[in-house]
Amino acid sequence: MATEAKVQDPGIDLGWLADKIDYRRFQECVHCGLCTASCPTYIETGNENDSPRGRIYLMRAVTDGRLGMSDEVRKHLDLCLDCRACESACPSGVQYGQLIEPFKVAMQQSATGGNRTSLLQKLILHRLFPYSGRVRAALFPARLMQKLGLMDLMDKIGLTKLLPPTVRRMQAMLPKLGATGSRLPEVLPPIGPKRARVALFLGCVADAMYPETNAATARVLQHNGCEVVIPREQACCGAIHYHSGSEAPALEFARKNIATFRPDDFDAIIVNAAGCGAMLKDYAHLLSGPEHDAAKAFVNKVRDVSEFLVQLGPIPPTNPLNTKVVYHDACHLCHAQQIRSQPRQLLQMIPGVELVPLEESEICCGAAGTYNLTQPEMSEQLGRRKMDFIEATGADVVVTGNVGCILQIARKIKERESAMTIAHPMDLLDRAYSGN
Amino acid sequence: MPLASPATSLSSQLLADLSKVVGEENLLHHRDELVVYECDGYVIEKNVPDVVVFPTERDQVVEIVKLCNKYDVPFVPRGAGTSLAGGTLAVGGGVMICMTRMKRILEINLRDRYAVVEPGVVNVWLTRALAGTGFHYAPDPSSQGACTIGGNLATNSGGPHTLKYGVTVNHVMGVEMVLPDGSVLEVGGLAEDGPGYDLTGLVVGNEGTFGIATKIIVNLTRDPEAGRTFLGVFETVDAATETVSGLIAAGIVPAALEMLDNLMIQAIEQAFGFGFPTDAGAVLIIEIDGLEAGLDREAHAIHEIVRQNGGTVKKSIPWRTRKEPEYVAIWKSRKSAFGAIGRLSPTFCTQDGVVPRTKLPHILRTITRIGEHYGLRIANVFHAGDGNIHPILLFDERDPEQVERVLLASHEILDECIACGGSVTGEHGIGVEKMSFMPKLFTPDDLAAMVAIRTVFNPEGRCSPEKMLPGGGGCLERKSPGHKASA
Repeated sequence: MATEAKVQDPGIDLGWLADKIDYRRFQECVHCGLCTASCPTYIETGNENDSPRGRIYLMRAVTDGRLGMSDEVRKHLDLCLDCRACESACPSGVQYGQLIEPFKVAMQQSATGGNRTSLLQKLILHRLFPYSGRVRAALFPARLMQKLGLMDLMDKIGLTKLLPPTVRRMQAMLPKLGATGSRLPEVLPPIGPKRARVALFLGCVADAMYPETNAATARVLQHNGCEVVIPREQACCGAIHYHSGSEAPALEFARKNIATFRPDDFDAIIVNAAGCGAMLKDYAHLLSGPEHDAAKAFVNKVRDVSEFLVQLGPIPPTNPLNTKVVYHDACHLCHAQQIRSQPRQLLQMIPGVELVPLEESEICCGAAGTYNLTQPEMSEQLGRRKMDFIEATGADVVVTGNVGCILQIARKIKERESAMTIAHPMDLLDRAYSGN
Repeated sequence: MPLASPATSLSSQLLADLSKVVGEENLLHHRDELVVYECDGYVIEKNVPDVVVFPTERDQVVEIVKLCNKYDVPFVPRGAGTSLAGGTLAVGGGVMICMTRMKRILEINLRDRYAVVEPGVVNVWLTRALAGTGFHYAPDPSSQGACTIGGNLATNSGGPHTLKYGVTVNHVMGVEMVLPDGSVLEVGGLAEDGPGYDLTGLVVGNEGTFGIATKIIVNLTRDPEAGRTFLGVFETVDAATETVSGLIAAGIVPAALEMLDNLMIQAIEQAFGFGFPTDAGAVLIIEIDGLEAGLDREAHAIHEIVRQNGGTVKKSIPWRTRKEPEYVAIWKSRKSAFGAIGRLSPTFCTQDGVVPRTKLPHILRTITRIGEHYGLRIANVFHAGDGNIHPILLFDERDPEQVERVLLASHEILDECIACGGSVTGEHGIGVEKMSFMPKLFTPDDLAAMVAIRTVFNPEGRCSPEKMLPGGGGCLERKSPGHKASA
């Protein structure tokens, strides 16, 4: 070991990384390997380099100057879904996310040639997704084509195959788009006695693609005695940027949201998308110095909608749905936020709902934010694996609390021409409260 | 140990030939991708293999082994790499044969109560595949969520529930393995008690020195109808260990019987908040299972024995399946104990010794004395029913003087285990870590018999060289204590 020479060119900004990662975070890993089989990519490849323990080993070797950030190392770190299943499995409490995320940022900064995010991806990730208005506008032609049946026609005659791969995958993931985005009023009154005053975070992609779920969430909160406020100036949570390695815009969004949602005015800040919720809860880690206290006050109020309702004491809905339901744990709910029982508890409250267990419910479906665009092959493998288990349950409805998972699983349902439908827990609860 | 310079010490012709056998996608040879294979759960000794191959079927294993012979390079099998004794260390570099892509459950036969699996199947996958059938695979090492059945076979793994249900050797009915010369051996089978030598019993626990398993037939155990899990609380470790002897003497065979001392309780409580009393001297997790009808009587006897020894039963968890939340919580706390202690100390060293059960009070008093003598904090968590102790020595690896003391204390503890008529490993195996103890445990004649048996399977010594049995220049002078990982 002592004879080993340090690499000449680390291929990454080690100084910047040393600033972001306390070396003790690496030492917390005792190399027991208990995380390996919790990792979706390791389950698929069986390659230690694609396991959490292996990736920590690689990152530490790069930090120590044993290895440079070569294409080989980069490939294995890029393949990480950042699903955090390893954090749930780790007995030592290793904070894997605090290691991989700075590395992904540094890798993006040092990327050259083929390792760079493509221009099209960049355009979509940074200029389109964070703005629900733009997504909605961009979707206008798609909505029109769906309406006229042109999308199906394109599929049938194979025209969609001519699209660039990134666009083709996005086209395949498009849900049935509603007539228009639903603009919710700024304040919605509680139904029955007022029990809480909450602010609702809408998200960007979710609000454009599934505006009905946001409307349903607001109604469910109203039915539970909440006055729901929807601050107009809210921004994207910044997760898409942060996880694709662009830190600066993510911080800007964080500052804007902290300023917009005045935490003192509300009992809770409610979010219904797991990915956004995990990001919002992470703001205090992102912002240091004088901004830290404000970020902390904000974070203290952020709640996933299921987490909040269970804390509040949910009012049981009365209209039966009579359907067999299977629940898939979104990674950023179960691993990043440790929320598992609450959504299930809410679903079981609905009369007539039979909740059946799902094998590997805590293994990532392969959506993982923009992963399906950047790592299509692994995303596809994991999607297939997930859908096999879902189909085996024979459920009528798949329920999951994250827009990324919904898009991914919906695409698999469409591909397999399954009669199954997909919904957010709030969609089902809303129907059980409203009776339609 | 010097690092072999990768790909240069290995002929490029061998690489090309290996690639023809498994395909480019099932082979790693770039140094950047080999580094993670330099160690397993035992991190004190490291060596990078020259190449890692991932066979996907038995015939590929045969061809790989034949190539290793042709080019005269050592080879070593590896599963999930959770070994705590360096069982998968690539001593001398060479070819690492990684079995993680042979991970199919080939057959589950409930009527005849067996399953046929490939070695890369993770232990818990089999139990999961059996969910709802009324059967399970009994050996449940604490690493069962990650470790492979192939690795369990190699090390004859145990686990908390082996007290009643037995260890891996009691659950393996047959093995198909590729011998170090490339021939294929089948031992045991679907029927029990075949004629001839019990080669299955011999093969289980070979630590990779006999060859590479490619197919394993395991028996399945019927799920108990019901169970009770108790948390017994005691003022002293002595009272807890006396209770262990008392329970066994009364003819009770608990499904599991685990002890945690005060330091361990504090660590676990900090990590999981299960509700262990942090002022207790020791706690016992006592589990019984079986027919519902008999459990109350046994439960009553357990309460009585705990009381006679000055303890109290603080919690009683009745269960029908092992999935009930409180049951899952208490076992998660126990099985993650090693990781939890990582929160109290920057480094720790876990030992794995065995003593006859009646010697438990003695060995624990000795451990306390040794800890005081060397000025070290030692936490204890272990399979009390088996007399299998896991003292955990807390220290700071950055202080060489402390490291030296830990090393001395560890050796003294293990020597005392041997003096009590016990052994230096209950379940982690010998690997490379504990080879130097073998001459203390066995006579020269004993060792010669073992070497002779290994020679039958592995005459050239190319398969897993310098593992388990000393000799052949294998013993390394160890300058740092054992691993600091979990069990």
